[in-house]
Amino acid sequence: MSAAVPPTAAVPTAASPALPARRSRRRVRPRTRAVRWLLGTLAVVVALVWAFPIYWMVSSAFLPTARLQTPEPTFFPFDGTLANFRQVLTDGSFYGSFRVSLAVTGLTLVCAVLFAFVAALAISRFWFRGRKAFIVTVLVVQMIPAEGLFISQYAVLDDWGLVNSVLGLTIVYVAAILPFTIWMLRGFVTGVPIELEEAAMVDGLSRTRAFFRITFPLLAPGLVASGVYGFLQAWNEYTLALVVMTDPGERTLPLWLQGLVEANRATDWGVVMAGATLIAVPVIAFFLMVQKRMSAGLVAGAVKG
Amino acid sequence: MAAPPLPPETAAPPRDPLVAEPAPARPVPPRRRLPWRARLGPYVLLVPALVPVAVGLGYPLVRQFVLSFQEYGLAQQFGRPAEWVGLRNYTDLLSDPYVWGVIGRSIAFCLVNAGLTMAIGVALAVLMTRVGRAARVTLQVGLLLAWGTPVLATLTVWQWLFDSQYGVVNWLLSDPLGAEGFRGHSWTIEPASFYLVATVIVVWMSVPFVVFITYAALLQVPDECVEAAQLDGASAWQRFRHLSLPLIKPVLLIAGLLQVIWDLRVFTQIHVLQKAGAPTRETHLLGTYVYSLSREFSLAGAMATVMLVITLCLTGFYIRRMLREEDL
Repeated sequence: MSAAVPPTAAVPTAASPALPARRSRRRVRPRTRAVRWLLGTLAVVVALVWAFPIYWMVSSAFLPTARLQTPEPTFFPFDGTLANFRQVLTDGSFYGSFRVSLAVTGLTLVCAVLFAFVAALAISRFWFRGRKAFIVTVLVVQMIPAEGLFISQYAVLDDWGLVNSVLGLTIVYVAAILPFTIWMLRGFVTGVPIELEEAAMVDGLSRTRAFFRITFPLLAPGLVASGVYGFLQAWNEYTLALVVMTDPGERTLPLWLQGLVEANRATDWGVVMAGATLIAVPVIAFFLMVQKRMSAGLVAGAVKG
Repeated sequence: MAAPPLPPETAAPPRDPLVAEPAPARPVPPRRRLPWRARLGPYVLLVPALVPVAVGLGYPLVRQFVLSFQEYGLAQQFGRPAEWVGLRNYTDLLSDPYVWGVIGRSIAFCLVNAGLTMAIGVALAVLMTRVGRAARVTLQVGLLLAWGTPVLATLTVWQWLFDSQYGVVNWLLSDPLGAEGFRGHSWTIEPASFYLVATVIVVWMSVPFVVFITYAALLQVPDECVEAAQLDGASAWQRFRHLSLPLIKPVLLIAGLLQVIWDLRVFTQIHVLQKAGAPTRETHLLGTYVYSLSREFSLAGAMATVMLVITLCLTGFYIRRMLREEDL
């Protein structure tokens, strides 16, 4: 999707506060301690600056227009109300878009994870002619920018009568997400040593049963990770949705929010912020939640040896 | 919606760099010839993945490429077969100084944004290694909030922050900071300040990824080496410059390259900001320009092909690195 939505897969390694900080053992001299204090303050200030837009979005969502349109900004919404949210939700368009988003994301998620899993198995567990070519193709295809192809994708879907349809948008989403998902799952499958499976086969399991009993459970974190990636990509996507879903009745949530902005800009920022908050907060909560769990899964995977 | 791919070696959990890694399991060609049904197996597994990619990416790509050598106008939309015009669409585009302006602006925007993102990202990652646990977690949460927010929601709130009448940015500049000229200042009307706002937003959104990926790499720098350098009297800057930096260079290179690729094709941010009341012709970058050509399929196809070629040139370098580091 848009350039600046980086993959969640990166979070676990780095972000996990659970990872041991290896530096802390070192002795600290007094001068260093002062510097450390200063740097700590700097880190907190940067954190506040970075988080401020998110805070501002939520805070403004609770304030009536009269309070927003004052020369002096209101920094703490102590006397806030839910009126903005009520106004956003009484207009039925939110639910319609929510349904479209849910259908597209769900369908995309199931197809992408399933297809990618099967393909990842093929390239990491089997030798076949054209295997390397396939892997290189996956790598190249994942870099194709939607912006360099969307007009043509629209034309193709239009020919087949799939514009403004959940199926049409799902096809382009799956095509966009699959290559990276295959690449990601391939890493996970390769990470489970084939010897584990072979040992089970020596013990009398068939190849298929050995796979489902031994390897598959070890792949669960990988499947979750790729599922989360697919979910965030499809749920937040704007560009392709803008091109494919031209009918206001078939908008996904990001398009719905943009519509809300265009209708209320400059007149009612409170309502716009309520809409943005409605969309963003569940995703952020999910992101923070999964980020921790996924890191736990990854660390567990590393320990298994 | 191209995937923001993550170099897999960084996605892997941190390993002890001193312990040799086991060789990855790689399928080897079977020694005896398998029966044809067994040989067919892997191909069958690839079919479900190949079909949507072929339909959703492959066919539109081929069609766009063919179309870029044809004249496809209104008459063709009503069924007239398209005429072959050779390279005319390309020469039309590339002889237009405006198109070169768009390409130049895109490259400049991309380099400035990628450079700023990398500089701030690496600086914050280093900062993270040097502060206590509480400050580090606070910074991580702040960055994760920015990272986890859907792009449209962040664009919406940034428009509100930069609102000319009641936006916080104008209030901050004019009231506490005393720059009266910013009262009621419109940020999107001038191309220069339009790009400034876009840069602030893009950098704000992209920095968390770079911070986390760099921080993970910095944690891999062995303590023993750092301590040895410290005993030898190396200053903090020297330790970073001559010890950590060379060790994390591969990660930085890939992160930087991804930033360049992502920032070159930036669309959503520019498109949404344009809708906020900017002169579109003066603010187009590659992505929005292709979008604006959407009524002329042939020209759009040619322009998109040019864009793909630029991206794939950058990508080629990235893929070569990936292939070198991964044992297929």
